[in-house]
Amino acid sequence: MDALTLSILVFLCLYRVVVGPGVFNRLVGASVIGTKTLIILVLIGFLYGRVEMFIDISLVYALLNFIVTISAAKYFQRRGAL
Amino acid sequence: MDILVILLISMGTFFFFTSTIGLLRLPDFYSRMHATGKGDTLGALLSLLGLALLCGWSLTSLKILFISVFVFITSPTATHALLRAAFDSKVKPWTKDGKIMREAKGRRK
Repeated sequence: MDALTLSILVFLCLYRVVVGPGVFNRLVGASVIGTKTLIILVLIGFLYGRVEMFIDISLVYALLNFIVTISAAKYFQRRGAL
Repeated sequence: MDILVILLISMGTFFFFTSTIGLLRLPDFYSRMHATGKGDTLGALLSLLGLALLCGWSLTSLKILFISVFVFITSPTATHALLRAAFDSKVKPWTKDGKIMREAKGRRK
């Protein structure tokens, strides 16, 4: 139930990624979707009964989300106005 | 114990819902970051605490707590970096009467 609610919220956030004016709104939408996906991965691990495997995937996903947001922010900061 | 788990995960989902509404409905980039930066951090923290309580005493629970500490450190850092990049590339803040705030015009060259 909870995973279903979070999936619907991910699809609502996808609106801001597709439509949102400018690059930074899209980056915010991608960051929010990444955080929600992290929770959904742990919930899928509980649903399938294999939490030990999905926890590691979720940890790697948290690291990747952080690195992607930081590097994209640095890139567009250097590139200037958009 | 089960009631505590249900309460924590429901509050986490509520904060995710609030941050999604803020992302969709607020008028400006900065106010959207204001909504999502706090709502997402607290929602992830509460949901992961509830899931760690559901798991009991084990190494998996310790890993979930480690993920929650990691999210609690990195999510405000990512929000701050993104806001600073937007401010440096002169994204204009929204005001009620359509004028641009004087503070954001030429503070950082």
